[in-house]
Amino acid sequence: MDPLSRYDPLADDPAAFHAACERPLPSVVRVNGIKATPERVRRAFEAAGVEFEPVGWHEGLFRLGEGESPGNSWPFVHGWIYGQEEVSAVPALALDPQPGERVLDCCAAPGSKTTQLAARMEDRGLLVGNDNNLGRLSALRSNAERCGVSNLVVTRADARNFSLKPFSGERFDRTLVDVPCSCEGTVRKNPEAVESWSLDHVEGIAGVQRGILARSIEVTRPGGTVVYSTCTFAPEENEAVLQHALEEYDCRLVEFELPLESVPGITEWNGETFEDSMRRAKRIYPHHNDTGGFFCAKLEVAG
Amino acid sequence: MTDGNRGAQPERNDGSRFDRLPATPDDRTVEGRATRREVIEWWVERFGLDLETFEGYTFWEKGAGKIWAFADEIESPAAVEGLGMTFLRTRQEHWKPTTDAVQRFGREADRNVLVLEEAEARAFLRGADTDPAWDGDWGYLIAAHGIAGAVEPIGVGLYLYGELRSRMPKGRQREFDPRQE
Repeated sequence: MDPLSRYDPLADDPAAFHAACERPLPSVVRVNGIKATPERVRRAFEAAGVEFEPVGWHEGLFRLGEGESPGNSWPFVHGWIYGQEEVSAVPALALDPQPGERVLDCCAAPGSKTTQLAARMEDRGLLVGNDNNLGRLSALRSNAERCGVSNLVVTRADARNFSLKPFSGERFDRTLVDVPCSCEGTVRKNPEAVESWSLDHVEGIAGVQRGILARSIEVTRPGGTVVYSTCTFAPEENEAVLQHALEEYDCRLVEFELPLESVPGITEWNGETFEDSMRRAKRIYPHHNDTGGFFCAKLEVAG
Repeated sequence: MTDGNRGAQPERNDGSRFDRLPATPDDRTVEGRATRREVIEWWVERFGLDLETFEGYTFWEKGAGKIWAFADEIESPAAVEGLGMTFLRTRQEHWKPTTDAVQRFGREADRNVLVLEEAEARAFLRGADTDPAWDGDWGYLIAAHGIAGAVEPIGVGLYLYGELRSRMPKGRQREFDPRQE
């Protein structure tokens, strides 16, 4: 049985949901605002005969034609573009970091969202990109370098035990918590994410996610913002993780706007109920905007 | 304690962590370490950048002579995996800028920028040596080309004996699809 069928009662149109999951995703690039503008990338692509079209909800995203490989072009060499699934541009929009702030990306590698955060900060202020895996950290460093990011500190730690010691013990204004997950929402790119699905895996990784979110709330200043995101549909990894944080920590879910279609977070799953404010979280299914699947919630740490 | 910081500074370069550069030679406690003023002056003089370009930056050494530029401040020494971007190679006779820094700051340069024709630019990107026309200084230059209406830096070239040697790092070298030739 298709593991994704467990979400039929949640997806507003199950047939459209399954049909979208079967379709491959186009390659998408994000314009790196530190080094280029959408207009310059457009001109360079046109001059090189690269097939592309703009993404309606975000002016800095371009969908590439079939067979185009973004890594083999001048705009890539110059660090003007970054290959990134379009829906994964959502959490940086929700976090909305400002130039000069102190911002943590606690599960940063390989860096698509980190470099996006740096660009939104205009490469000013303190951005910390943390990950626990050396190989992935090396990818993070090289992606940040190519993008010309100069406000990034790279640290290596298990995000459940992230230390403020190198940062004078001072907490962050905003923290992005884009946790490792079962990746069901990437099925259009990686069908094996669903082929190897098991409830044990989902429940195991949910324990890690609870620990990462908890530590992230602790290292964010009172009044600061935490954005929690996954690329999975599983409520065990989404609403249930947030529910745990709401019960254990002084924080609340807040409303936020997104320029693409979504449905609210859910308040009940398999007999478990969640706070009503869970409706402020957003579920993005593949058939909504013809993207991958995604989950995103915005929290405010109590002042 | 007014000399608390100085007292805490290491006396020898420790390649496993980032140490902030002293502001001037008078503040130097580690032998051979470049100063903040020297690395900024090198860039400003070599490439004609505005001094203000680096105003908010702090500069750090990790590994012998490898200088990093960071857009903010943290405590020194910093035991972290990365700090800003690699900027300049010092502790050698001829200081050498990095590809990252040339791409990030080189757009504002008004001297020692060699603008290549498209075929030469592609050869440079492949890591090949070329012999473009150039009557400026020898030494490390910014290799650039025209794209989408303006000049964009590609990387660092070493100009010697009428030849431009590409210093594009292996991992950044590319050979484009011939369709685009």
